[in-house]
Amino acid sequence: MDHDPFRWGRPNDATYGGYNTKIAHANPQAGNAAMPTMNTQQPIVTGTSVIAMKFKDGIVIAADNLGSYGALARFDDVERLFPVGENTVVGISGDISDLQYISRLLEDLEIDNNYDYDGHSLRAPHIHEYLQKVFYARRSKMDPLWNSTIVGGFDDEGKPFLKYVDLLGVKYSAPTLATGFGAYLASPILRKVIFEEKDVEKVDEETARNAIKECMKVLYYRDARSLDKYSMITITKEKGVVFEKNLRSENQSWRFAKDIKGYGTQKV
Amino acid sequence: MTTVSSGYQSETTSTPIEHRFNPYSDSGGTILGIAGEDFAVLAGDTRHTVGYSINSRYEPKVFSAGDNILISANGFSADGDSLIARFKNQLKWYHFNNNKKLTIRSAARFIQHLLYGKRFFPYYVHTIIAGLDEEGKGAVYSFDPVGSYEREQCRAGGAAASLIMPFLDNQVNFKNQYEPDSNGTVKRELKYLKLDEVIELVRDAFSSATERHIHVGDGLEILIVTKDGVRTEYFDLKKD
Amino acid sequence: MRSRRRNTNLSLIKVEYALEAIKQGSAVVGLTTKTHAVLVALKRNAEELGSYQKKIIKVDEHLGIALAGLAPDARVLSNYLREQALNQKMVFNRPLSTEKASILLADKAQKNTQSYGGRPYGVGLLIIGYDETGAHLFEFQPSGSSLEYVGAAIGARSQAGRTYLERTFEEYANATKEELIVHGLNALRDTLAQDKELTKLNTSIAVVGKDTEFTLYDDDDVQQWLDRLDSVANNRRGAAAGNDDDDDEDENNDEGDEKKDDAAASAEEEGVKDEDKMETDE
Repeated sequence: MDHDPFRWGRPNDATYGGYNTKIAHANPQAGNAAMPTMNTQQPIVTGTSVIAMKFKDGIVIAADNLGSYGALARFDDVERLFPVGENTVVGISGDISDLQYISRLLEDLEIDNNYDYDGHSLRAPHIHEYLQKVFYARRSKMDPLWNSTIVGGFDDEGKPFLKYVDLLGVKYSAPTLATGFGAYLASPILRKVIFEEKDVEKVDEETARNAIKECMKVLYYRDARSLDKYSMITITKEKGVVFEKNLRSENQSWRFAKDIKGYGTQKV
Repeated sequence: MTTVSSGYQSETTSTPIEHRFNPYSDSGGTILGIAGEDFAVLAGDTRHTVGYSINSRYEPKVFSAGDNILISANGFSADGDSLIARFKNQLKWYHFNNNKKLTIRSAARFIQHLLYGKRFFPYYVHTIIAGLDEEGKGAVYSFDPVGSYEREQCRAGGAAASLIMPFLDNQVNFKNQYEPDSNGTVKRELKYLKLDEVIELVRDAFSSATERHIHVGDGLEILIVTKDGVRTEYFDLKKD
Repeated sequence: MRSRRRNTNLSLIKVEYALEAIKQGSAVVGLTTKTHAVLVALKRNAEELGSYQKKIIKVDEHLGIALAGLAPDARVLSNYLREQALNQKMVFNRPLSTEKASILLADKAQKNTQSYGGRPYGVGLLIIGYDETGAHLFEFQPSGSSLEYVGAAIGARSQAGRTYLERTFEEYANATKEELIVHGLNALRDTLAQDKELTKLNTSIAVVGKDTEFTLYDDDDVQQWLDRLDSVANNRRGAAAGNDDDDDEDENNDEGDEKKDDAAASAEEEGVKDEDKMETDE
């Protein structure tokens, strides 16, 4: 009789030989020197691009609602935009379980800040700095949170704020930002509207929102792991955070598709 | 495990495909420091890239750390940011504990310790600091990723270092320059360059690097340190 | 002391001793307007040829403290605050708020009042800071309390300084930075014993506020401010004379001998009777 409860109901090692953990790349129980603990080595369920841009009175950001399991469109109602504090939003692409973990971190952060009750609001630059430290600390432990995120809101001077941070802790800011496929598909379109910081002043809310909507449509056309159902958040001083859910990419025209042969549009 | 075979040979070998998380990336950009007689400059382009993507056209990477010390850590930007943040942080403690300015010489030795402290998981950066030494002369120190360092008259770092450095050898240290009519026997005598000459040199170096290197461009930010403090100049670079 | 013996809780008695240690320290005064906060402090030197005790400590560009009581305890607390301020800067890219700073200190000090074996910090602090909600002044006590004031004074003979502040707080509510410092020095001067004067050597001044990083004035830099006073000597009417021997008492004296208790007792007798009332309100 084997008195170790772990062994009960399992094939006897003496008869069948030890279990080969390599078969399933399984994570063996702690203490087994044969294989160390494994950290995330790849994302599993993923969300695709987040895109965002500034305009003269604020920022607009959008992300679709798809959670992909590889090529499988597994979940179609995933929210990837998270308002934090009074005037900030965090848009997250990449691994959905890590996304949910980050959303809880952000919730805790907001709660902790509200406990202080000292009239100091948690604004976009503060949240971005915090997220960057979390990402960088996890990548330094070789146990990354597999995401790329965009933080939008207002800076300490009250000007529109947009900044990116990803699983490596790499950060940068620009008047238009896009993660994942959006960097290739949406950025060129957004940069036609705002090329550099000084152009922000010339763009109003309407123009910015239309540009983002147009990009969401283009992303749905060309990014296989995307959805035409998406969420969009517009932040202005005047109206605060305006959260629009279940938006649809309207007036789709797939006429261009019939011309696609081989690697792209071409006359045959 | 997977089977790797070219299909042209009967023998097949079985090797594991490494699919490991890579904690590093290359953020592109290039930096350049030159020391003058009573000034020093540290310049960097403002483009931030990963692969073929331009992430930002204005993401500064040369900073004034206080105490007339300029610092930039070019390479993997997350490591660079972290290194500079730690340096600035420790500089505050230095002030609290010692109540005096940190000399550029001490800053250099300290940065060596910051870098060497992560010898087995290095900061993937080429670090350059610039300032004035105890005699008021311009000083540039450059570091490799694990902390070995040297004081120099000039140094280029980052993506286009190999394009700029030979130009600097020739124009700052007068390498391969000889007195006319000496038939290549008398070297041109070394002399300190003036500030406006240095700025022109830096601008030429960066506009040329921008032409030839895809990770360099958009904007050039030059930080200049003199006994009167730090001042910044910005120039556009080509954005293509 | 005597009136407090009724308190049978031993761990709270040690807090009372800690509060007593504050009164042994030389006086510090703090005061604020909406835009600026000022600390002024009276420094003591153990002997004529010795150096003066440091009374004001910078914590960050926007934050600083002044102490009355055990200076080593204050150094531990200021180092803790510096860590917290730098951490806030590192992780959240924002300055530590003055209120948060005072709460962090209070929470740290409160733990010492609950545990067996530990001792409370023997130091009182005035914390000034300027942040997005304006200029602030907090008084920290080793009991773990921390309250906001527009004017406060702690340390030996501080009641006199407090009286000055109570009389003038409406006047200095809209004062400029310069006027505020003068008011602070006036209050500090009132805490002096009859034969003492404010000098550039025994006075420390710190100011922080809108467009003003935390600035500390010591020694020669103090003279410009003393020059603005009508008098550097105490001109209070009817100030008790001859009872100022406690001024020479070393605040780091932890021998706890009878002599020290005597000094404490005499300090109390010396017109701080209403302070007793305030203390028991705790």
